[in-house]
Amino acid sequence: MIILAAEAHNPLIPLVSEIIIGTITFAILCLVMFKFVVPRFEQVFVARREAIEGGMERAEAMQAEAKAALEQYRAQLAEARNEAAQIRDQARAEGQQILVELRTQAQEESDRIVARGEEQLATQRQQLVNELRGQIGTLAVELAGRVVGESLADDARRRGTVDRFLAELDSMATAGDGRTGVPVSEGNR
Amino acid sequence: MTSSASALLDVLAAEGGGGDTGFQAPTVEEFYPEPLAAFSLLGVDFEITRITLIMWLATALMIGLMVAAVRKPSIVPGKLQFLGESGYSLVRDGIARDVIGPKGLPFAPFLASLFFFILANNAMSIVPLAQISPMSKFAFPLVLAVITWVVYNWVGIREQGAGRYFKDAAVPPGVPIGALILVTPIELLQVFVIRPFTLAVRLFANMFAGHMLLAVFALGTVYLLQVGNFSIIFSPFAFLMALIMTFFELLVIVLQAYVFTVLTATYLNGAVEPAH
Repeated sequence: MIILAAEAHNPLIPLVSEIIIGTITFAILCLVMFKFVVPRFEQVFVARREAIEGGMERAEAMQAEAKAALEQYRAQLAEARNEAAQIRDQARAEGQQILVELRTQAQEESDRIVARGEEQLATQRQQLVNELRGQIGTLAVELAGRVVGESLADDARRRGTVDRFLAELDSMATAGDGRTGVPVSEGNR
Repeated sequence: MTSSASALLDVLAAEGGGGDTGFQAPTVEEFYPEPLAAFSLLGVDFEITRITLIMWLATALMIGLMVAAVRKPSIVPGKLQFLGESGYSLVRDGIARDVIGPKGLPFAPFLASLFFFILANNAMSIVPLAQISPMSKFAFPLVLAVITWVVYNWVGIREQGAGRYFKDAAVPPGVPIGALILVTPIELLQVFVIRPFTLAVRLFANMFAGHMLLAVFALGTVYLLQVGNFSIIFSPFAFLMALIMTFFELLVIVLQAYVFTVLTATYLNGAVEPAH
């Protein structure tokens, strides 16, 4: 049967019409593949690769940006620290200066107060001395008058005596640092 | 193999003592069905048979699938686009780039067309109701082989220059002059005759034999059922074989499409790169 059939048709001898039909059909498929399907596939591949690479580039850019921001932040922080330290140092120096100034001022003030006090003291003392001198003179004359029992009316004489006495007293006080014993011993003498 | 299988079935049928016509094994006439339409154009007689229709259907389905896959292309592919991309990437990266190298990418569309065309047509050999591959008609593999032959020779002449290309084909470098008496005819025959012929015959013979095998077991199953004696117990075995052979055919379908494409890429590689 097979042999008979093979004699009728040899499968290895192609028909011209089949060759033409096959060529046309394959050509149509090729046309669609070349003009439509493959370009679109390639477009998708390119788009996908770009999407992936773009994503990676974006990520890298963001990383770089973050790094730059961190650097900037660090630099600012260091600067701020520096500044703070400077301000602190300056403040300390100023404080020191203010302290010194205040001290000198206070010193001057106290010096001035002390000087004025001394001055006042000296004036008051002088006043007192003058006053005392006058009173002592009067008292002494009165006392002496009582003791003697007569009035020492002779002003001129009396004034001379008192003044002399007081001068003596003064000189004694300056020489013996104002001791009380001296005028007494002088009086005794 | 076909004849031995049918002989075996003939023996089984004879043992059954059917006495009627016996087992009608499939013949070459399987591949020459009645024309559905016939006309003459420019002196060529055209016959539109069911095999022609099957080829058009397979090609149309493949085109439809591919166009649907890229209709709305997106970076994140849908199921159909992913399917199409996987198929195209297999050819583009797995064959064009890996076999030919960086110069191979321009050939990816051609190789993909070949692959998908053969795959779709081969697949028809196990599609119910069609159950015959147009590639089992020698004319169709021959067309593809001739196109491949034209393409790789044209690429070789374009890339290397006609003189260089034909000289390298006839006188491979590094061959002793004495051996050229043998090598030159073999090489010329190889490049310009044997390559396209083997390409076409390999695909054709595989699909032809595959169809015959399936037909034998399918017809055998039916015959053993109908013959009306103890042969009926052999029917399931024939059916099982038909089933196994269908899966085997599935393997052959993909493998032959792949082999044809890879060999084409190999020949293109020889044309692109000068022999060394």
